[in-house]
Amino acid sequence: MLQTLERPSSTPAGDTNLRPVHLRISNLTKRYGAFTALKSISLEVYAGELICFLGPSGCGKTTLLRAVAGLDMQNEGRIEMGGRDVSHLPPSARDFGIVFQSYALFPNLTAAANVGYGLVNRRMPRAKVEARVKELLELVGLPDQGSKYPAQLSGGQQQRVALARALATSPSLLLLDEPLSALDARVRLRLRDEIKALQRRLGVTTILVTHDQEEALAMADRIVVMNNGVIEQVGTPAEVYGAPATAFVADFIGHMNFLDAEIAGPDRARVGNVLLRSTNVGGRQSGTRVKLGLRPEEIRVRGVGPDTENTVTARVMLLDYLGAFCRATLDIEAAPGVQLLADFSANAIRDLGICEGQALTAALPPESLRVFSHEEVVSE
Amino acid sequence: MTMAAVAAPAAARQLSREDWVMRIGITILCVLLVIAIALPLGLLLFKSFQRDGHFVGLANYAVYFSTPTLVASIWNSLFVAISATVITVPLAFAYAYALTRTCLPLKGVFMAVAMLPIFAPSLLSAISFIYIFGNQGFLKELLLGASVYGPIGILMALVYYCFPFAVLILVTALSLADGRLYEAAAALGTSAWRVFWTVTVPGIKYGLVSASFLVFTLSITDFGIAKVIGGQYNVLATDVYKQVVGQQNFEMGAVVGFVLLVPAVVAFAVDRLIQRKQIALLSARAVPLEPKPVRRRDVAFLVYCCLIGALIIGILAVAVWASFVTYWPYNLSLSLKNYNFDEFDPHGWETYFNSLEMASLAAILGTAVVFVGAYLVEKGQGFRAGRALAHFLAMLPMAVPGLVLGLAYVFFVNAPWNPLNVFYGTILVLAVNTIAHFYTAAHITAVTALKQIDSEFESVSASLKVPFWRTFIRVTVPICMPAILNIAVYMFVNAMTTVSAVIFLYGPSTKLASVSIVHMDEAGFTAGAAGMATLIVLTALGVKLLHFALDWLVFGKLQAWRKR
Repeated sequence: MLQTLERPSSTPAGDTNLRPVHLRISNLTKRYGAFTALKSISLEVYAGELICFLGPSGCGKTTLLRAVAGLDMQNEGRIEMGGRDVSHLPPSARDFGIVFQSYALFPNLTAAANVGYGLVNRRMPRAKVEARVKELLELVGLPDQGSKYPAQLSGGQQQRVALARALATSPSLLLLDEPLSALDARVRLRLRDEIKALQRRLGVTTILVTHDQEEALAMADRIVVMNNGVIEQVGTPAEVYGAPATAFVADFIGHMNFLDAEIAGPDRARVGNVLLRSTNVGGRQSGTRVKLGLRPEEIRVRGVGPDTENTVTARVMLLDYLGAFCRATLDIEAAPGVQLLADFSANAIRDLGICEGQALTAALPPESLRVFSHEEVVSE
Repeated sequence: MTMAAVAAPAAARQLSREDWVMRIGITILCVLLVIAIALPLGLLLFKSFQRDGHFVGLANYAVYFSTPTLVASIWNSLFVAISATVITVPLAFAYAYALTRTCLPLKGVFMAVAMLPIFAPSLLSAISFIYIFGNQGFLKELLLGASVYGPIGILMALVYYCFPFAVLILVTALSLADGRLYEAAAALGTSAWRVFWTVTVPGIKYGLVSASFLVFTLSITDFGIAKVIGGQYNVLATDVYKQVVGQQNFEMGAVVGFVLLVPAVVAFAVDRLIQRKQIALLSARAVPLEPKPVRRRDVAFLVYCCLIGALIIGILAVAVWASFVTYWPYNLSLSLKNYNFDEFDPHGWETYFNSLEMASLAAILGTAVVFVGAYLVEKGQGFRAGRALAHFLAMLPMAVPGLVLGLAYVFFVNAPWNPLNVFYGTILVLAVNTIAHFYTAAHITAVTALKQIDSEFESVSASLKVPFWRTFIRVTVPICMPAILNIAVYMFVNAMTTVSAVIFLYGPSTKLASVSIVHMDEAGFTAGAAGMATLIVLTALGVKLLHFALDWLVFGKLQAWRKR
């Protein structure tokens, strides 16, 4: 039961229900001895979308990708690609291109030979291979680098060659295993946009594995958030950020304050001595212990008046300067021992003269106060 | 949308054509290794329980252990091997320390000099020591009346022979130092002596253990030295030879062989066990240690290295010089008379060409099998049992003395029921035996090189639908070319110099140069033996120089991609 938020118009995923399913994973389980890396995973990937497997290390995202590729065989479950059951096929009998974290470029072959590696084997005439390689190198923005060896290329250039090589055979599925994590921050940002634009242009169904939530939010049409071998949530970036299905998702993507609370009637929850209204209580019974979740940037200090809902008096205990904004640690006076992190823009800090030790009135908007069952939150 | 719950028990992947090729390859490798290593050794064990073709249980062993002269050899062997270890390792440590941790000039030259003994048969130094300290030796007086024929001579020759191997291991261990530890120690004002005991020694203790076990194993299993300079001092290796060649008592030879196997296997197992405990001491962020000049220390080590280097070259030079002396010690004019090998050995020069042929065959065949085998073991997918078996068989020969393996081959290849007995006494059997004897080090070299290659190459080729053997030829082999050349040269040099592995195995027309040295020495033609040994050294060194040239070509011209 997910609350669908407004989707930015730039997201072309459209109405996903109408798109054909390219990859269908059903009840996939993978065990390594006593350890279960994937627990009965089911997922559908639509044709032409860029889907991200996101999660902390060890969550099973790479295992799932390697199972799709046939590099690690699942113990149970079924994988269909384009309507064909490939569950038991070796990698060479499946249709995909892959880019590894290390790129795995052949160091003794030129960039052009690397890109053409899969083409030469297909009895294509040499001239045709050359033309295709040229086209691919142009596609990834390296038209003049074909004669160089991998060691003579920068990290970003190597990454593009790996991408061109994976695309050379026109696979129907592109698998990217943490493709940007070996690059410096600046190159990473640029390549992020380039890969996304290229994927849109070619319309190739793409799975991107990453542990970087920012990368997933910026690139994906949909994000699959994974933890401990299970899928926590599948949704658009706006959905997983704005309406996290579980406390794990809320905490892993962006930051979330968690407050011990008790349901106190319809749309009402009590934190210490503070009674708050939340539009997300649902059908929970009064007296149920819950956690309230609130993102730091949703705490408001501007335009807070006497008739604003859910206001608390808080004292600024710490103010961390983070450039564009400041992160404040607030003690709520009516609920001793409860602290909140709040992000205030540089403007707000300046206009309101916020400084450490100051008391202020903060509003916790009812629609931003999410309700999670009490047991779910482990990390706090 | 039906989501049928699939209750497949375990992953069973359809095998592609490539999977089949790989599995068949691993199976063939296992069969080859079983034939070349496991079966002969098994048969040797079986023989040691037989007498005149009947099973007699442990009776042969009972006879062995109740014969005082034979049991004395065990103590003799242990004594020389332990003494050689105690002497060689500190000498090699100081030399390796100078090469890695001081500002010694001409480090490359000193390293090359230390490696010289590797290119000679082990018995070359024994011949030299006979010329120096023997009955007619020119420095005989230095021994103060003691005889060089016995433990003294054996020890000197063993130290000479084992020194380069210990230096190699210790140089490797000493080069893996984290400079930050030394900077931290210096920042805390630690004395040099304390740094040595608290940082240097703990950092290389595994290298020291490895070097010690290697020297011990080389010493206890070496046959040539004790044969040439041992005199009446019996050791296990010469006992095997005497039982088999002297008394034609093959069963008792097998028993002694197994007794000889025990210390070698124990040393090997303990070393493996200790190495397994060694976790990577060097983190990725380690900073290489740059030795800073300390004048007095550097001069002291320079003097030490010059002394050791001069001894190494000098001892080698004595054998070379002696081989050109017309008639020691009466006619010291130089001539090529001692190179008329046909006068001292009925097979004469033929043995040298046999050696060349055998060594070339071992190098080509051995390198191909070792590298392809290591590739299948390291990069194969699935079929774990087969790969594990192949790896185990590849590691086995390290623990088996050459003499024992050679004897095992005699039983195995000679057996009337064995269809392979048509190969008895051929160059091929000699080459296979040599490959088997030196398999482990070559296998480790290949596996190490393969481990450094990105493990995803095979996955990438599978995704591009390129069969793995194509990637093997186009990518893996070119990348590993330096390691492949190393293995080939290693096989060639060892095939030229080895005595113990082949002394039982040659046929009427396939006698080898190294065996001819033993025979010429036995017959009293020591100068001829020195000549043949010199010839082997020159050949082995020539091949090594060729290796350098090829390496230069491979790195410099054909492999432009290695340059940044």
